[in-house]
Amino acid sequence: MRLFMFNLGLAIVWQAVSGSFSLGGLLAGFIVGYGVLWIAHPLFGGSPYFRKLWRIIGFFFYFVKEMVIASLRVAYDVVTPLIHARPGIVRVPIEARTDLEITLLANLINLTPGSVTIDVSPDRDCLYIHAMFIDDPDEFRAAIKHGIERRLLELMR
Amino acid sequence: MSVLLLEILTAALLLGGAAFSLISAIGVLRLPDVLIRMHASSKSGTLGAGMILAAVAVLYGTDQIVARAVAAILFLLLTVPVGAHIIGRAAYVTGTKLWPGTVMDELRADHERRECEKQEREKRERGQEEREERNP
Repeated sequence: MRLFMFNLGLAIVWQAVSGSFSLGGLLAGFIVGYGVLWIAHPLFGGSPYFRKLWRIIGFFFYFVKEMVIASLRVAYDVVTPLIHARPGIVRVPIEARTDLEITLLANLINLTPGSVTIDVSPDRDCLYIHAMFIDDPDEFRAAIKHGIERRLLELMR
Repeated sequence: MSVLLLEILTAALLLGGAAFSLISAIGVLRLPDVLIRMHASSKSGTLGAGMILAAVAVLYGTDQIVARAVAAILFLLLTVPVGAHIIGRAAYVTGTKLWPGTVMDELRADHERRECEKQEREKRERGQEEREERNP
């Protein structure tokens, strides 16, 4: 996080030196600053920042892909005459522990079409998720656990 | 050449966004119960609006417009899931009937147990207040 702030600071300095403020310039400054910090990174003692930035970008694309696939599935069910949905509420045990992790996980699940987090159990051990296509509840639990939750926790920890 | 490419990309994004918005509107009418309708209304709607905003950003491409489009998409991504969760939970807690085709409901038992505990606790507290009133 501290390195991210450094990186942003370097981007702003880059803007100040080049004399004009623009989004493209800010992005260029950020990339140059990232390079500079990467060259200097032995000084900061093995920060996870360099690995994490790529993971965040990867996570973003993974998430967009999931969202489009799930949207197409819901859309298919809306436009075809028969309703193929097999909806239900599944109790999914989670490994996320802190408030921030649980909130982010629940919101990301909400964002993928075909699943809404309805409730968190009082002991914060599981989420109750309403999903539109449940062929096998165990498979659904595994998909959440090994898909989005694993990736999210890799980023957070 | 690149202008043509930009226009094709813009057109594709606009058409895709419009199609998703239309489908989510039809979905709200067609799907059988509240929770399933929520899937259509919130999520596909976000994707549709996001694609249209992205099309605007791609077509104009100036800093002000790109910044606003990105900010609008970020705000959608922040607010829509929270709204979807609250509406879904409110519908469930107030006892809205689920579609008969629903295959499983693992929340029902836990929810009823919690309601029972809550009622008993309230009854106990009321009893205690009454006792305190009788002999202060």
